[in-house]
Amino acid sequence: MNLNSNIPSGPIEKKWDQHRFDLKLVNPANKRKYTVIVVGTGLAGASASASLAELGYNVKTFCFQDSPRRAHSIAAQGGINAAKNYKNDGDSIYRLFYDTVKGGDFRAREANVFRLAQVSVNIIDQCVAQGVPFAREYGGLLDNRSFGGAQVSRTFYARGQTGQQLLIGAYQALERQIAAGGVKMYPRTEMLDLVLVEGKAKGIVVRDLVTGKIESHVADAVVLATGGYGNVFYLSTNAKGCNVTATWRAHKKGAGFANPCFTQIHPTCIPVSGEYQSKLTLMSESLRNDGRIWVPKKKGDTRSPDQIPEEDRDYYLERRYPSFGNLVPRDVASRAAKERCDSGFGVGPGGLGVYLDFAASIKRLGKEAIEERYGNLFEMYERITDENPYKIPMRIYPAVHYTMGGLWVDYNLMSTIPGLYVIGEANFSDHGANRLGASALMQGLADGYFILPYTIGDYLSKQTPGGLDTSHTAFKNAESEVTTKTNKLLSLNGKRTVDSFHKELGKIMWDECGMGRNKAGLEKALKNIPTLREEFWKNVKISGSGEELNQDLERAGRVADFLEFGELMCLDAYTREESCGGHFREEYQTPEGEALRNDDKFCYSAVWEYKGEKTAPVLHKESLSFEHVHLTQRSYK
Amino acid sequence: MKITLKVWRQKNNQDTGRFVQYVRDNVSPDMSFLEMLDVLNEDLIAKGEVSVAFDHDCREGICGSCSMVINGRAHGPRNLTTACQLHMREFSDGDTICVEPWRAKAFPVLKDLVVDRSAFDRIIQAGGFISVNTGSASDANLTLISKEASDASFDAAACIGCGACVAACPNASAMLFTAAKVSHLGLLPQGQPERYTRVMNMVEQMDNEGFGACTNHGECQEACPKGISIGFIARMNKDYAKATLCPTEISSDKLKAQ
Repeated sequence: MNLNSNIPSGPIEKKWDQHRFDLKLVNPANKRKYTVIVVGTGLAGASASASLAELGYNVKTFCFQDSPRRAHSIAAQGGINAAKNYKNDGDSIYRLFYDTVKGGDFRAREANVFRLAQVSVNIIDQCVAQGVPFAREYGGLLDNRSFGGAQVSRTFYARGQTGQQLLIGAYQALERQIAAGGVKMYPRTEMLDLVLVEGKAKGIVVRDLVTGKIESHVADAVVLATGGYGNVFYLSTNAKGCNVTATWRAHKKGAGFANPCFTQIHPTCIPVSGEYQSKLTLMSESLRNDGRIWVPKKKGDTRSPDQIPEEDRDYYLERRYPSFGNLVPRDVASRAAKERCDSGFGVGPGGLGVYLDFAASIKRLGKEAIEERYGNLFEMYERITDENPYKIPMRIYPAVHYTMGGLWVDYNLMSTIPGLYVIGEANFSDHGANRLGASALMQGLADGYFILPYTIGDYLSKQTPGGLDTSHTAFKNAESEVTTKTNKLLSLNGKRTVDSFHKELGKIMWDECGMGRNKAGLEKALKNIPTLREEFWKNVKISGSGEELNQDLERAGRVADFLEFGELMCLDAYTREESCGGHFREEYQTPEGEALRNDDKFCYSAVWEYKGEKTAPVLHKESLSFEHVHLTQRSYK
Repeated sequence: MKITLKVWRQKNNQDTGRFVQYVRDNVSPDMSFLEMLDVLNEDLIAKGEVSVAFDHDCREGICGSCSMVINGRAHGPRNLTTACQLHMREFSDGDTICVEPWRAKAFPVLKDLVVDRSAFDRIIQAGGFISVNTGSASDANLTLISKEASDASFDAAACIGCGACVAACPNASAMLFTAAKVSHLGLLPQGQPERYTRVMNMVEQMDNEGFGACTNHGECQEACPKGISIGFIARMNKDYAKATLCPTEISSDKLKAQ
């Protein structure tokens, strides 16, 4: 497996500029001869589709939802970072770069992160021009706030619906190109396989989710913008449809999968309420700007929170991390909550919750100011829990939220398969072992608007456009494999529903490969997942047929892939014998309980190569070097 | 809680469809409405019956996927709440709940509670955007936008494109959806160059899709889970009237695209 990262030479500030000049261009008159497939229409996919079509490429875009506007980027609440330094508080491209590398616990590529910080400023310009209604000050200028883990105010936001507004901006740009004929849109269409011809990505096989028809699409390059795999845990803050299928099936065709064990557990979610729970709801971590997190000092204190006086409360984040307090990065905040709850200080049903208290802020700023900032979040909390957070503190607990791992890509965002590009959350590139708040939106849009449109041209310029059609044996073979798999799922007619398998897998993953991981637990998971998978392929029951809209069948295909992927995730966690960022191996911690990296042995990205159903995957390593941000233990004390 | 459900079952677009009754015991008041349907589906699959198809995704009230009429109201009884955010505590033990898809000519039923809302995407294609290519923007703070204008624009931009406004309207009109987009962009300085061509083109597309006209019932505003005001319809009508009746007030180049 070739893991040449293709990082340009030269000083870090000049790499991207020089590289853009060195990249070959496609003649404007020839661009329309090239077809590019984009799978997924979140921030990365929609922005890439629109930008590629604006350049003149012929784009085919796919999403499984009924409209591209529904992709899960829409649910991002808090904001988007950009190194504009509008607040004059000492921000710079270099500082955003530094914070991101350090926040990622030194497991990301410096050159990629620097480029991300550089283009962050262009993203805000682009979005404002599209009409994204970012929050403004009375003077008419853009407002910023500080956000989880940052000591400068560099986060642009649109109430608590930043993701929605950014996605609508990208969606509108995409719809404009659909109207102009540059993009052909295929909604309610799911990618089920990647097709390679002579080792290069040349198309995909899809299922029309309304008619059930399996068909192929040919292209000169394929872009996956299919998001993360957090739903391997069953319960997560991801939308119900989020899945690993596109990236996993590309992995099985030869794309290296990097750092699958790097998952982010978000500290501020609404706790689970019962067995029937279908998903978890995030409360934006912007709440941590004005909310104070605490638990009772006494174990099993059942008094209502307003009856617990100041001296009986433990503001454990402020206590443990006096300089960052409630604003420590997500992984640190999540583990600290788990530590308190595991030690018996948790609140609410099952003791799986901590308080997020706004009383002090309401007293200081007034209810109106808090309502202005977080009104929609407070309403959402009340709708779900039936409790009024203006009066009683919120109860929160960590939940799976984002996945830093993904398909390995080089500096050009190309995977180990030539012609297969991966952007947004689906790739592994920029966040290392932990993503900072408000950086996912930034990365998705950076990849789609400002990076991929340049780098893909370099590859295309070296390809002869067209020349293939779906009658090629590679397409026929892939279609027949997909059809066989679908028919097999439908024919099993076992006794257990798809969801029951998904829930069982999710429990294994959460218990053994969640916030804390250890050798024995991972060994157990590595034994139990294959057993569960085997049972799935004997005993799953799906209603309906393949030639119609069949949501059971859609879910079955996705869960089948999670059952394979979950094993790789555990293997990756097992192999990485250190703690870093969101990956916390309980055996490797400092005396204070912080993550303890092992830079001598594990300062690399783990890239897994698929070797077949019965053969163990092979680990390849891309070693990481840090020339600008020096390896240190993260400290937020 | 014990709940009797009457759910619209329709195999596909050709099928005529019918209500089917399901009796549910042990419904927890803390369940969301969709979780209650999930549990129903688990039971149906186990019994070898076909599960009820319904659109849903984020389950946080923001993606706009969920689309069901519950007891005659789009998204159900709670104001400003999508079906996915509705909880069973809104109902009482022994209730009968009727669940149907959006009903509108422009939203054909695909299966059970799933409808085709691609007409909305085509309305956006007709002009629901600002024509700015990637890379051509100037610095974001060069354009001053008053907080009031920005906030008003946001109120319109909050639309999630679910289609409840259409489902609630006796005319199945898409005026609130269209007006929200016309206003979101028309209230901002960036949206001015295309303001009048946008409203003309979007309204034309809306009519072509088979949505009805607005006759001021106000049901759309009541059903909207994001509280989008019919004031935006008035605003759109003003822009539309200006574009059609007083074209001399608008410079000719802005109308060229028509």
